[in-house]
Amino acid sequence: MKFWSQTAAILTKDLLTEYRTKDVLASMLLFGLLVILMFHFAFEPDSEEIRKFGPGLLWMTFIFAGLLGMNRSFVGEKENDALEGLMLSPVNWSSIYLGKMLANLLLLLLAEAIILCLFSLLFNYAIWPRIGWMAAITFLGTLGFASVGTLLAAVSANTRMSEVMLPVLLVPLVLPVILSVVLATAANFAQPAEEPVMFFWMQVLAAYDIIFVTLPLMTFDYVLEK
Amino acid sequence: MEGLQKRLGLLALLAMVAALYAIFVLAPVELTMGVVQKIFYFHVAAAWVGFLAIYLVCFCSLRFLRKRDRQWDIRAASAAEVGAVFLTLNLVSGPIWAKPVWGIWWTWDARLTTTFVLWLIYMGYLMLRRLVDSPEQRARLSAVVSIFGAVNALIVYMANRWWRTQHPQPVIAGGEDSGLHPDMLLALLVTVLAFTLLFFCLWKMGCDLERSRESVESLRRTAQRHLREVR
Amino acid sequence: MTADTAVVVENVEKWFGLNPALANISLSVPRGEFVVLLGRNGAGKSTLLRVMARLVRPNRGRVRICGVEIDQDPERGRERIGLVAHQTFLYPGLTARENLRLHARLHGLEGAAQRVAAALSEAGLNLSADRPVRGFSRGMQQRLAIARATLHEPELVLLDEPFTGLDLEAAELLSERLRQWAAAGRTIVMATHNLEQGLQGVSRWILLDRGRIVTEWTGDSAAVRGRYRRFLQASPLGSGSLRN
Repeated sequence: MKFWSQTAAILTKDLLTEYRTKDVLASMLLFGLLVILMFHFAFEPDSEEIRKFGPGLLWMTFIFAGLLGMNRSFVGEKENDALEGLMLSPVNWSSIYLGKMLANLLLLLLAEAIILCLFSLLFNYAIWPRIGWMAAITFLGTLGFASVGTLLAAVSANTRMSEVMLPVLLVPLVLPVILSVVLATAANFAQPAEEPVMFFWMQVLAAYDIIFVTLPLMTFDYVLEK
Repeated sequence: MEGLQKRLGLLALLAMVAALYAIFVLAPVELTMGVVQKIFYFHVAAAWVGFLAIYLVCFCSLRFLRKRDRQWDIRAASAAEVGAVFLTLNLVSGPIWAKPVWGIWWTWDARLTTTFVLWLIYMGYLMLRRLVDSPEQRARLSAVVSIFGAVNALIVYMANRWWRTQHPQPVIAGGEDSGLHPDMLLALLVTVLAFTLLFFCLWKMGCDLERSRESVESLRRTAQRHLREVR
Repeated sequence: MTADTAVVVENVEKWFGLNPALANISLSVPRGEFVVLLGRNGAGKSTLLRVMARLVRPNRGRVRICGVEIDQDPERGRERIGLVAHQTFLYPGLTARENLRLHARLHGLEGAAQRVAAALSEAGLNLSADRPVRGFSRGMQQRLAIARATLHEPELVLLDEPFTGLDLEAAELLSERLRQWAAAGRTIVMATHNLEQGLQGVSRWILLDRGRIVTEWTGDSAAVRGRYRRFLQASPLGSGSLRN
């Protein structure tokens, strides 16, 4: 009970800070738009090509935008050593991780929802008939990405060149997520939809999520400790 | 401890000679691929060592987090360095073999992709170690990352395998008709043994090197302190 | 025995890589005492305070805070600790009230709203309570930081170079607070490297150098200041910067 109320306190703190400035969300969205723009000029895709490359492109945008956002997640904590202030309060340090991870997750999901809408609008990509499944796939994929990403953001915040360190560490580690989520998305939007394939990759995602939400909870103390 | 390293080195040397004999004299030339198939023995042995090493890194890291003994951190770091070298050997020898046989340098099949990802994980780990200034923090952070890397290597392999495994049919313990010639298998096993011994020898040397580097560093500091006090 | 002792440190050792930050430190502080840890930058004072709050995990040794083994139950130990440092631990994007409210929630304080309001007016921040901390002057931030660190009325107050960078007003407020805490019977452990700020009511001065306890003094700050200066001159610092 105490654990969850403390987690909620940290989560609200992060969301409130972001709500005040909207810096992270704005930069993720702008970045997403830039990728879409580049995609258009680089490939001038017709509708068949959009169908083929859309899922991969969408997820590349999500991943890069997410890297951008999560890189910021411990920057605010460094100012005034606020993170040390959190560590000094009687909280289980796992709740610091969980609070920040959930904040990242919500922020990423919001950004992804907006980017997805824009993508569908600009490329006439029909997402609406199967939006429910897309939401489920996106949630599973983003959960795995955010859980590993938050831990590694804490790791790379302690390095010189943290902006470079995060992608170098994170992308190989979330490769199974990228692979599964793209395949699941493609199966979902295939004509006709290939549900068995989609379910298979969603199961892989769920398994990954279980492992990689547990592992950070077990190791985060070591990252924080001084 | 000096003795252990010498003995390991000697054993590795002997095994290496035996491996060369087994590969080039004992084992027959492969019918369709020809002489170039000989790379196979080194290629597989290097991959074996590369994958073995990441789990040793992970093991040493876990010990470090438990015991907080710097020796385990040194062991982990050194295993990662040597493991990365072997994995690089594997990644370089692969295309040399693949080009004449498959006609392409690279293909994105499960094994190749996994190896490549593992190599990237090694690079991330080693880069992280360079970019953290405090040794204590470096040890902790890289230990955590290595645990993730080791767990992930398994998952990457499985995910890729489900996705596509058409290219190199698993040769050992694969299908029924994919058996190796007994002499080839022998040559492979001897090479794997030789590479493993070489790995342990290099690992030991890497640890010793790191320890000497540290004692030089602490001597340098003491000397500096004395110098300043004399002045 | 332990219940009367606010802090017990036994044989604590901490290494940062090759550098010993703390070498076999043992120390015990009875409840209600005001102890000052003296020493240069890098003597290990800060690390010792952080070991007490279990922010730093020692390589060896044990720490008990008000009878709680900090290694076994860091959360219950930290409930009793408030740390005032030269960093403020404040979130610049949040208002003063939100910063305190976050702290209250993490501590699970009852009647949080009133306590936060009381702390704000005590710190003289009533008028700017709902403005983001980013726009605060240095002095205002420091007053808020002090209010934050002691909002949960800790039994043990740790201070890490608290006077560094304080403006006159905040320094006076802090001195006043120290007197109040001492009078209220709280235990105070303060780390500092300079004694120019006169301190009252200190029961013991513990001198640290290169991770070791060199000696202990008693007496008022004027007398100790002279001794400390002589110590610094008598033992010049080689390359013995012990921290990274």
